[in-house]
Amino acid sequence: MTGAAMTVADDGSREPWGEERRGPYPIGLGVVLVTVAMLFSAFTAALLVRRTGADWTPLPLPPILWVNTVVLLISSGAVEAARLRQGRAGTDTWLGVALGLGALFLLGQLAAWRSFVQQGVLLRTGPHPAFFYLLSGVHGAHILGGIGVLGWTLHRARRGAYGPTRHTGLTHAAIYWHFMGAVWLWLLAVLAVL
Amino acid sequence: MTAHETPGFWRHYVFSTDHKMIAKQYYFTALVMAVFAAVWSMLIRLQLALPGHTWPFLSKLFPGLYQEGVLLPERYLSLVTMHGTVMIFFVISLALVSSFGNFVIPLQVGARDMAYPFLNMLSYWTVVPACLLMLGSFFAPDGAAGSGWTAYPPLSALSEAAPGSGLGQTLWILAMALWIASFTMGGLNFITTILNLRARGMSMRRMPLATWTFFIASVIGILCFPALTAAAIMLLLDRVGATSFFLPSGLVVAGQLLSYRGGGGSPLLFQHLFWFLGHPEVYVLVLPALGIAFDVLAAGARRPVYGYHTSIWALIVVAVLSMIVWGHHMFVSGMNPYVGEYFSIATVTITAPFAVLAMNMVGTLWRAEIRLNTALLYALAMIAAIGVGGIGGIFLATATSDIYLHNSYFVVGHFHLMIAVVTFFGIFAGTYHWFPKLFGRMLNEALGRLHFWLTVPAVIVGFVAMHLLGMAGEQRHLYDPTAYAFLQPVQWLNVFISVVLGVAAAAQFVFLGNLFYSMFFGAPASENPWEATTLEWTTPSPAPHGNWPGEVPTVYCEPYEYRTGDDPHGYRSQATPGAKPPAAEPLPQAAR
Repeated sequence: MTGAAMTVADDGSREPWGEERRGPYPIGLGVVLVTVAMLFSAFTAALLVRRTGADWTPLPLPPILWVNTVVLLISSGAVEAARLRQGRAGTDTWLGVALGLGALFLLGQLAAWRSFVQQGVLLRTGPHPAFFYLLSGVHGAHILGGIGVLGWTLHRARRGAYGPTRHTGLTHAAIYWHFMGAVWLWLLAVLAVL
Repeated sequence: MTAHETPGFWRHYVFSTDHKMIAKQYYFTALVMAVFAAVWSMLIRLQLALPGHTWPFLSKLFPGLYQEGVLLPERYLSLVTMHGTVMIFFVISLALVSSFGNFVIPLQVGARDMAYPFLNMLSYWTVVPACLLMLGSFFAPDGAAGSGWTAYPPLSALSEAAPGSGLGQTLWILAMALWIASFTMGGLNFITTILNLRARGMSMRRMPLATWTFFIASVIGILCFPALTAAAIMLLLDRVGATSFFLPSGLVVAGQLLSYRGGGGSPLLFQHLFWFLGHPEVYVLVLPALGIAFDVLAAGARRPVYGYHTSIWALIVVAVLSMIVWGHHMFVSGMNPYVGEYFSIATVTITAPFAVLAMNMVGTLWRAEIRLNTALLYALAMIAAIGVGGIGGIFLATATSDIYLHNSYFVVGHFHLMIAVVTFFGIFAGTYHWFPKLFGRMLNEALGRLHFWLTVPAVIVGFVAMHLLGMAGEQRHLYDPTAYAFLQPVQWLNVFISVVLGVAAAAQFVFLGNLFYSMFFGAPASENPWEATTLEWTTPSPAPHGNWPGEVPTVYCEPYEYRTGDDPHGYRSQATPGAKPPAAEPLPQAAR
């Protein structure tokens, strides 16, 4: 830490400035992901506390959730395939596949809710189903936002906005989508295993 | 239209994406909310000073609150709740963090605007409906939310629990959810702008402390506010979805056992989630006030901030500790004594970095060449308020003394000193300091001093007196203190507090008068009226659209180079090229 190597140049140009920086988007995305992670951490903490209550009786979750999970994982794979193509031919096709599967996942989640309702399991039935509705609902809202992002990315990909040197939007949409997939696996573990 | 061309009326004044206009929008929104919250506080003080008195004219003015000249007890609780909520989230947060943060950050780091201007506009236009929903709470059939600014369940979770637990409480929760959404968007913008849009040469270690505190406050907000989002969603489900996240079994309301609900929930869980946000929120408000005071102190004392780098580290330590001490609000809620012990120790530890910050403020004044203006007066008064308020904090941080003092006026006095007095002094210091840059005119200095001397002694004496009431055993949320024989001997203190705080409230008319008069008729301001060193003073007053008429300046030195160069009375702007001037001349032997 001594000598000229660590001395800030007169104009401070030890750090990259202006064009050399990566732009505001990675930081913005990081902040969004931290916020979302903190939100679901808070819900998880609440669940861990609430499950110690005497009235905590876990109900078997609707089996369609496992199908939904597979759909969401394949959708993540499709987004990854689109990301790796970096705007070359096939990017928009894979994005379309991912978007369709994402929508299918949401429909599947609604079907899971329906199956619970048909069994007479409602929000007020008990704390476990209440957490199921709550967590799948809040996660579904984030997936809906993700579908919007994928739609916008698809629109941009069709117009040729992405290429090997400019694929920030595509990469970030993929990161968000993978992240929400991971959150779903986490929630499923919390709801089904605990 | 190019990025920084002057826009038309709507884009300029209403749906503006210019950080300076958004800052003004936040400021005036906070001002309007402050008038409401101040009026409510005066109604509260009137009731506490003269509990049995009838006020027929108030019945006419506030027919929903008063009946036959008497403030209804349930509406008293609504007033307390709304005063606290609005002051914390819709006045101090908006004026200190959203407004000054928006105005100062791009100008101090050398950016032409925020990183996401559209998101910035969206953030403001999300807080407007939040304000309207919060005020709308008063129009609910059974009155505004009345469960305190902390909204503890079951009072906040059952609409039949009490008057004020109905629609008013639902509106309160929705308004808070919108507020969190807005504040998160703002925080995202602040963090990204500071990390990514700094001008050439503006390293983090050259950033003014005001911007540093906005940065740290935003990081705290991003990490802690989601906990309240989660709590708000669950509280809303408890209210409208008949869940029992927070509702325990065996609740009795109006003599009836609530049997239609599952029960089994935990009110304590809500308290943990709430205070995980609630305590850091205090630092989200206090730290920017300190940052503003540092900038003002350095410019007014003509000295570099004493311990600039240690101040940054102290701020970071405060921020980390602020997130792991929330349990000290819950010593009497039921807690394992070992956990309580931990929370006590962690909380008392905060006094160490805080003492560093306060000492650095005092150290900045050492061998100063003071230019006593209103902004500096408020910064100096803040040091006093931190000292007085901080001492009370030690008693509340320690479980043994807190168990006696909890929920008493000692707590009310303490938190008013820390998050009302310190933060308002920060708002006033910031207003007097940056007004020339905001509006291109100077505030009237004589009116500023009148405002200062009418406000400062009154609020400090008034809130210190509340500590005495607390030690005598007066509980907060108390509608009529004279109903208790043991409080009757200290009732004179309530009268005294109401009088001095009434004077302080009236003094704010001087501030408002000065503000609006000077905005239009004040003396024109030069580019750098305070001869300050940071970047916002290198552009004309008011700063033009795009912030600098020409190139964005390059930064060559640390932010507070006052009297450090060859000229002992000079100062060096961060944008002045050249080698770093020699450090401040060494102290004479006698002074060491």
